[in-house]
Amino acid sequence: MNISLTINGEKITRDIATNLLLADFLRDNLRLTGTHVGCDTTQCGCCIIHLNNKAVKSCTMLAVQADGAQITTIEGLAGANGALHPVQEAFREHHGLQCGFCTPGMVMMGADIVRRLPGADEATIRHQLEGNICRCTGYQGIVEAIMDASSQAKGI
Amino acid sequence: MGQYGIGQPVRRKEDVRLLTGKGRYTDDIHFDGQLWAAFFRSPHAHAKIKSIDSAAALSVAGVRHVFTGEDMRKGGMKPLVADINFTDRKGNKMYKPVRHILPSDRACYVGEPLVMVLADSAEAARAGAELIEIDFETLPNITSTAKAAEPDAYVLHPEHGSNIAVHWENSAPDEVDALIAQAPHKVKIHLVNNRLIVAPMEPRCAVATYDAKEDVITLYSPTQGVRPAQAGFAGLLGIDKKKLRVISLDVGGGFGIRSKRYPETAAVAWAAKHINQPVKWRGDRSETFVSDHHGRDQVNDAVMGLDKNGRVIALRLETIVNVGAYSGDNGPRLPIDGGGRIIPCGYDIEKFYFSVKPVYTNTVPTDTYRGAGRPEANYIMERLMDAAAEECGLTRDEIRRRNLIPLSKMPYRTQMNFVYDSGDFIGTMDKTLELADWKGFASRRKETEKRGKLRGIGLASFVEQAGGRPTEEMRVKFDENGKATVFSGTFSHGQGHETVYAQMVNDYLGVPFDQIDFVQGDTDTTPPGGVGTFGSRSSMMGGVAIKRSCGQIIMKGKKIAAHLLQADPAAVTFENGLFRVGVSSISIQDVARAASDPAKLPEGVTPGLDESNLFEREPDLNNFPNGCHICEVEVDPELGTIEIVKYTALDDCGVVLNPLIVHGQVYGGVAQGIGQALTEDAIYDAESGQLLAGSFMDYGMPRAHHLSMIEAHFTDDQPCKTNDLGVKGAGEAGACGAPPAFVSAVCDALTPYGVKHIDMPLTPERVWTAIQQAKAHKAA
Repeated sequence: MNISLTINGEKITRDIATNLLLADFLRDNLRLTGTHVGCDTTQCGCCIIHLNNKAVKSCTMLAVQADGAQITTIEGLAGANGALHPVQEAFREHHGLQCGFCTPGMVMMGADIVRRLPGADEATIRHQLEGNICRCTGYQGIVEAIMDASSQAKGI
Repeated sequence: MGQYGIGQPVRRKEDVRLLTGKGRYTDDIHFDGQLWAAFFRSPHAHAKIKSIDSAAALSVAGVRHVFTGEDMRKGGMKPLVADINFTDRKGNKMYKPVRHILPSDRACYVGEPLVMVLADSAEAARAGAELIEIDFETLPNITSTAKAAEPDAYVLHPEHGSNIAVHWENSAPDEVDALIAQAPHKVKIHLVNNRLIVAPMEPRCAVATYDAKEDVITLYSPTQGVRPAQAGFAGLLGIDKKKLRVISLDVGGGFGIRSKRYPETAAVAWAAKHINQPVKWRGDRSETFVSDHHGRDQVNDAVMGLDKNGRVIALRLETIVNVGAYSGDNGPRLPIDGGGRIIPCGYDIEKFYFSVKPVYTNTVPTDTYRGAGRPEANYIMERLMDAAAEECGLTRDEIRRRNLIPLSKMPYRTQMNFVYDSGDFIGTMDKTLELADWKGFASRRKETEKRGKLRGIGLASFVEQAGGRPTEEMRVKFDENGKATVFSGTFSHGQGHETVYAQMVNDYLGVPFDQIDFVQGDTDTTPPGGVGTFGSRSSMMGGVAIKRSCGQIIMKGKKIAAHLLQADPAAVTFENGLFRVGVSSISIQDVARAASDPAKLPEGVTPGLDESNLFEREPDLNNFPNGCHICEVEVDPELGTIEIVKYTALDDCGVVLNPLIVHGQVYGGVAQGIGQALTEDAIYDAESGQLLAGSFMDYGMPRAHHLSMIEAHFTDDQPCKTNDLGVKGAGEAGACGAPPAFVSAVCDALTPYGVKHIDMPLTPERVWTAIQQAKAHKAA
């Protein structure tokens, strides 16, 4: 089936199988390998992207369902001039990543939290991260980074 | 020491790449013409294989090959025999079953890979694997750790006649038993150290290519060090290790289980050569649950005798460790001369009997997982000390103060023949009590109780041992433009080596931080003596080798600088990147440029500024990170739920090279320790032998909301005395401190009900049940 969509500002048209998952379409067909797949049960959140400005687990929808959508992946989050998104910058500042595997999903989720809930407190952020698993950091740097970016967004 | 020098919280070089989706993990690579592998796995815990029929699988469109283990054996694949040997006190050797890569006669655990299918696409390979027909004759099974050691247990490997691989003992028990029998105070504990799924976030993956002309297989796979993987897999494949190149790209977490000789990885490498075509296997998470080694899984029984002052007289400890269906290279070793050799940890105990029985069961093999025996050892000692405090009528800190090894006894030779070089265990505990406001707990408890909840506080004083294998090689090389590159024998899979090693080179050689490159993870470039990263060893082994490489560079640089400046080499000094003689100076970059031109070198000096150092330490000169962790919890007695409200950690990691990164190691270790104690449990069904916790839906990975902010501190007044840097390992301390501190806190909260102990994980159901049972007991 033919689908057309915009990914990181670029219009893309492809003929794809109807059973292809969006995560596999991004990774295997388009070789946008920044989006990761860490489980097969929609639990880990490594595959989170922004679909029409909302955080979505790309392992849990079909690529054909994204026909016509605007998608941003981790590769497209930084500014065109290469400047890091405030959430990316905060992850670096607060040591919010170690092995880096969960990181793209965490950052995309973090950016979504900051957009929806500027000024969110620690407990809110921890609960918002229910669908993202990290095995390295104990979440400490991740929560600190999102709190920091979230207060900046509110101008605190 | 500048902004980027040793000791600074330098932000990581790795981060921009990993934050912008430019990380490169094994699953990100593909080769033209690659076939995809899928495995048919045993659905049974234990079954005889009567026949294997591949016809239906081969009829699937896109399926190209089906290989059994028998095919692989005919094609040179060797069986996997663990590199591990122990004997009992009578001299009987440990029994090691032969493990065939994809066995064709018998399946010994659920998920054991039995047949490999290769196809044009991953989907076709999976569809083919589903159509493999095996005629199984199911056999009885045994999965329980405790039951496997019983004399009438079902025996998994009948040729041995028992599930117990070896009954290892440190001594005869008689003297200890006699002392305990006469002791005025006795405590007895029984602990289950729960089996864990390690679950690094990147599922396992392997890609292999074959160069027929050179007869070289190139294997891409996540490891914790390419050299051990090269030697291990070349051995299985029956080839010279020069004929196997191993490359590890970015690796999504390791925690001990990465560098192991897994059957799937061996099969992928074998197939690429056999069919002369690239082969890729992408393990999914469910496969990873039944194919990556598991962690922990011990049952411990301990009895301790104390005198009337609460001083330990003697300790008797018996451990059963479940090593799974076959012995991994470390499974049975962990309690004996692996991490568990640290026991009795920080305590000055003169008389000690220790028995270990590794048992085979129909489960996934267990092996190293963060701490690798030390968390288990410290958990035993800390639960014993809590029990002893109550028995002797002392507080939990006082019983420890009376039994911890005092600073005055350092260096201290342990029962298991380590020598602790440094560590102020009592001082560290006392400082932690202050940091955590131990004294102010009573008022915090009152406040909690007003809200209808219970509050508890617990502490753990722990010691661990770091270092792993005693050799490591690092190389520092300048190019003709004066840029430095570190070729690393260790392997960073999240620990930030690119950053920390650059800090060191920046500090020692004055090279700007951004002019230092980093290369790791390829047997074509990794120093020949490279080992890898596990056992919290990279700073103490790789770091020392870097320091010494830099020293060699300065020595050579002085000769070249002297020649260029027409001076006596003995008169040349080196500081901040400059070689100086009197008022003349030359930068290390200029010396490096000159070093590439033989015409500019003094006689007898070889071109290049490129030095390697193979650092070798005495095998037993590990270092001994230690610390004290204090955890405070609130328990809802109606629901059995636990909230961590405060967590204070004081760690003695010796000299800290980068506090940002070392704190990160502590946070991660604590989270894994809390995971073990609060949510994680790899449960097997006792009847069917099925792994019930088989995905992230069923297995309790700790999430952000299970944890609270950890207040982490370092004590820096006890540098390690046995390495050049004064460093101690930092990677595994958190996993040692967290489980006992947490369990102690919860049991403290449940004091009103008289609950003394709950086995991990302390799920709401277990806590609630313990409360109900205690209430019923009181009523009766």
